[in-house]
Amino acid sequence: MGGLIDGKGRFQDPRPPRWATWLLSRFSPSGLEDELQGDLLEMYTYWVKTIGLRCARWRYALAVLRLIRPFSWSMTKQLREISHFFILQPAMIRNYLKIAWRNLIRNIGYSAINIGGLAIGMAVAVMIGLWVYDELTYNHYHKNHDQIAQVWQSSVKNGEIKTRFTVPRPLETALRNEYAINFKHIVMSSWTLDGVLSYGNRKVVKEGNYMQPDAPKMLSLDMLAGQKEGLRDLNSIMLAASTAKGLFGSENPIGRIIKFDNHYNLKVTGVYADIPFSNSFNTTTFIIPWEHMVANTPWIKEAANSWGNNSFRLYVQIADNTTMEQVTAKIKDIKLNVNRAEYAKNKPQFLLLPMNDWYLRSNFVNGLQTGGRIDTVWLFGSIGGFVLLLACINFMNLSTARSQKRAKEVGVRKSVGSVRSQLIGQFLSESFLVVALAFLIAMTLVLITMPAFNTLANKQIAFPWMNVFFWGTTLIFIVSTALLAGSYPALYLSSFLPVQVLKGTGPSLRFRVGCFAALPRQVLVVLQFTVSVSLIIGTIIVFRQVQHTKNRPVGYDRAGLVSIPLTEGEFDGKYEFIRNELMGSGAVVAMSATSNPTTDVAYGRGGFLWEGKPADFRASFAWIWVSPDYVKSLGMRIIAGRDFSPAFPSDSNAILLNKTAVDYMGLKDPVGTLLREDNKDNSGQPLRVIGVVDDMVMESPYDPVQPSVYEFNKGSARFYNLRLNPAQNARESIATVERIYKKNFPNLPFQYRFVDQEYAAKFSTEERIGKLAGFFASLAIFISCLGLFGLSSFMAEQRTKEIGIRKVLGASVANLWQLLSKDFVVLVIVACLFTIPIAYYFMNSWLQHYTYRVELSWWIFAVAIFGALFITLLTVSFQAIKAAMLDPVKSLRSE
Amino acid sequence: MKRAFLGDLEEVVLLTMTALQDSAYSASTTQTIDQQMASSINFPTVHNTLHRHQEQGFVSSRIGGATADRGGRQKRLFTVTTAGQRALIECRRADVRQVRAQLWDGLAIQQIPTQILQLWEV
Repeated sequence: MGGLIDGKGRFQDPRPPRWATWLLSRFSPSGLEDELQGDLLEMYTYWVKTIGLRCARWRYALAVLRLIRPFSWSMTKQLREISHFFILQPAMIRNYLKIAWRNLIRNIGYSAINIGGLAIGMAVAVMIGLWVYDELTYNHYHKNHDQIAQVWQSSVKNGEIKTRFTVPRPLETALRNEYAINFKHIVMSSWTLDGVLSYGNRKVVKEGNYMQPDAPKMLSLDMLAGQKEGLRDLNSIMLAASTAKGLFGSENPIGRIIKFDNHYNLKVTGVYADIPFSNSFNTTTFIIPWEHMVANTPWIKEAANSWGNNSFRLYVQIADNTTMEQVTAKIKDIKLNVNRAEYAKNKPQFLLLPMNDWYLRSNFVNGLQTGGRIDTVWLFGSIGGFVLLLACINFMNLSTARSQKRAKEVGVRKSVGSVRSQLIGQFLSESFLVVALAFLIAMTLVLITMPAFNTLANKQIAFPWMNVFFWGTTLIFIVSTALLAGSYPALYLSSFLPVQVLKGTGPSLRFRVGCFAALPRQVLVVLQFTVSVSLIIGTIIVFRQVQHTKNRPVGYDRAGLVSIPLTEGEFDGKYEFIRNELMGSGAVVAMSATSNPTTDVAYGRGGFLWEGKPADFRASFAWIWVSPDYVKSLGMRIIAGRDFSPAFPSDSNAILLNKTAVDYMGLKDPVGTLLREDNKDNSGQPLRVIGVVDDMVMESPYDPVQPSVYEFNKGSARFYNLRLNPAQNARESIATVERIYKKNFPNLPFQYRFVDQEYAAKFSTEERIGKLAGFFASLAIFISCLGLFGLSSFMAEQRTKEIGIRKVLGASVANLWQLLSKDFVVLVIVACLFTIPIAYYFMNSWLQHYTYRVELSWWIFAVAIFGALFITLLTVSFQAIKAAMLDPVKSLRSE
Repeated sequence: MKRAFLGDLEEVVLLTMTALQDSAYSASTTQTIDQQMASSINFPTVHNTLHRHQEQGFVSSRIGGATADRGGRQKRLFTVTTAGQRALIECRRADVRQVRAQLWDGLAIQQIPTQILQLWEV
């Protein structure tokens, strides 16, 4: 809001809130539009003078809300007559609601089915809505999320474009020196890594990053203490609030010196609020200047001018006046221009991946962005929509099914002078009442199940009490659901002709209530079951895929295998000593050291020559450095040759290949093959293949195993693999290991992971999807059955007399059961016929994402269809048999 | 003719309109009352009261001139009718006051709690 007095000292008239003015012009009582607008404008000027701009705007808005049509309770007589036909008349609304309430109470069972079904549907939709919102606003904590990007790099490998998020270090220098104008911030960062922080005798292990000084500003961290510029000094550290609290308790952390990795003294220069869960940097609980890492890590220092070492992460915030595409276009060929000849084959290109895409759309196939997490978001979003749709269909079905009961009421009301709009108003307000009640129940359900849902979905969603957007959406949601669910009965029922309804014999009535009326209902039931059965099939297939992959042979023995991550430095040269001690304790039966965890591949290498290598073959291998006994400690299988052995000193230049690598290299007789580095002077010892091991799943269990090379470990190890003694209790063994570890490394906290748990974690996403989908699928079928139950009870009720007569004439209970169930069974079968191609298409394309996948087999469809039929019969039979058992004397006596 | 009783609010509005004479319309009436009374009054309240008066025949209205400060829109000017004036006079009439006085001073007084009476005495 600008000032009220302009340059020449004249009073400048600020305008009242535009939305309020619009509301007033749209909804003011007829005949009063002009004067109300004028009066209010005048009042507004007066208010601005007397009570200030802010209050005036409020007053204005409140006055408008009180004056516009549906809320203005007192009106002149003439006006009341003018709006007589308008269904939003307050008095009439009260009347409608009263009648609606009485109707609900009178048919309590029917109302319970209706409201309960709708409530469950809404609860699911709200739940999924919150989940989707949380997913879509991932990273929105960072204020400039629209302008932040990570630099990715794509290059051609084996004829395919691979896109990865790592870049070489000189890129940063190039961007800063030559392209600075395009960026607001450029931040080089390490990967997120574990660090040991200690202060006095308190010691914590936390995850954090090394980042350049602009990081706090770029990420718009919320500083609780200290300055955003806190990373300028090489030996400084910024802590997240939780880390600071863990270390310092209630002491003031600023300016204190903490020990990092038991080696470096760093001064705390800032404390920022923890980054919330739904953000890419949520695990960054401390930040140390990037230059500190550069200064203390030789290989990173050496990479300053190497365009070949693509191990770094670079984040940027683009300048205000530019776009991601423009910047991408400028920087994409930087690497190629450095050395065109060398990179002509690989065609390395840089691109900016916007922060908004990191989480949702980070999959690349052959250089093209293909989506990612967003697919799941869409999947669940549509499931939520469908479940809500099912609930609405129930409501429509039940309402129209009961139309015959209400037909007489409509007839009577019409003949005493009700107009159609009033009847529509009546039915719509009934639907509003039901939806409002259902919504209250749904909200309660959501509140109750929120913690369980968060656990299931691995989320930290809180109920958004204060979120205007949420309530706005909810309001739209309620109104549209009520209109959607209420429109059909409202329009349909109010169209009855009173004479025919009251006579009960009119041809038009019989036609509409009888056979035509059932058709839309049947279509809706078919739609419901198509959705439910598809969901069931989908769930079964997701579960089978996960199970299938879980049972995949991994090539090693996970049980009793423990991995201990090591901090660099401390462990060098101590391996043999510790190994002897551990093996001697009886807790460990085999042990080895390695460069990367059993469940991941950290390094890749290429550029090797061997005899018989095809000329134009650019090989790349997963590269793992291992100590002797690696094969033994993991329980891998040797196919040919032998394992590393201390008995052969020459093994320090030996390698093992896996089966895939042998096929990949096209070796007939692999043992004895020499692998040479492809450099000009032919320096370096060739590596001799001494054995072949069976494939071992290290990365994603859904993907094929990479060709891998296991090289004898000469440098420092980063992980120990321990095979615990199977004859001993695992807990005891771990305690022994911890004791020995603590004795040798008193300054380091003891960390360990069971490999089988690490492996199981690889399935968490798929399992979560499976569980959620299963949960929603069962709710969907439950809602459909609820509708079927209501519908069949109504049908049975309607045909009470027919059943009575049939019974008197000698029909058996079985005959009657068949009569009543047949209709529904046919509908479900039709639905299943629709389901098969739809489910087949979607599930087939889903499975295409996985190389290692289960086949779609016919029995899944058969199980789903028979399951649906069985449930239908169960639901319908309950009502059918109840009706068939009824005493005909009672049902026929009334006439 | 039925005797017209005016509520407090209706009385205040009608009196203000009488005082404003030819320039009585919703906004001006509201502003006058707002300035005269200790606590502020809502525009919709006055607006609705005015229209209720018109319904009861206490005021008559005509469409009046437009001014710039109301965005060029016309105003509905109200004039107090004879019936309105009579209603006001009714309010002032001794017997209406007397009813009140009787209520306060008469038999009912014994039921009124002493605190209120003390206030009344002051």
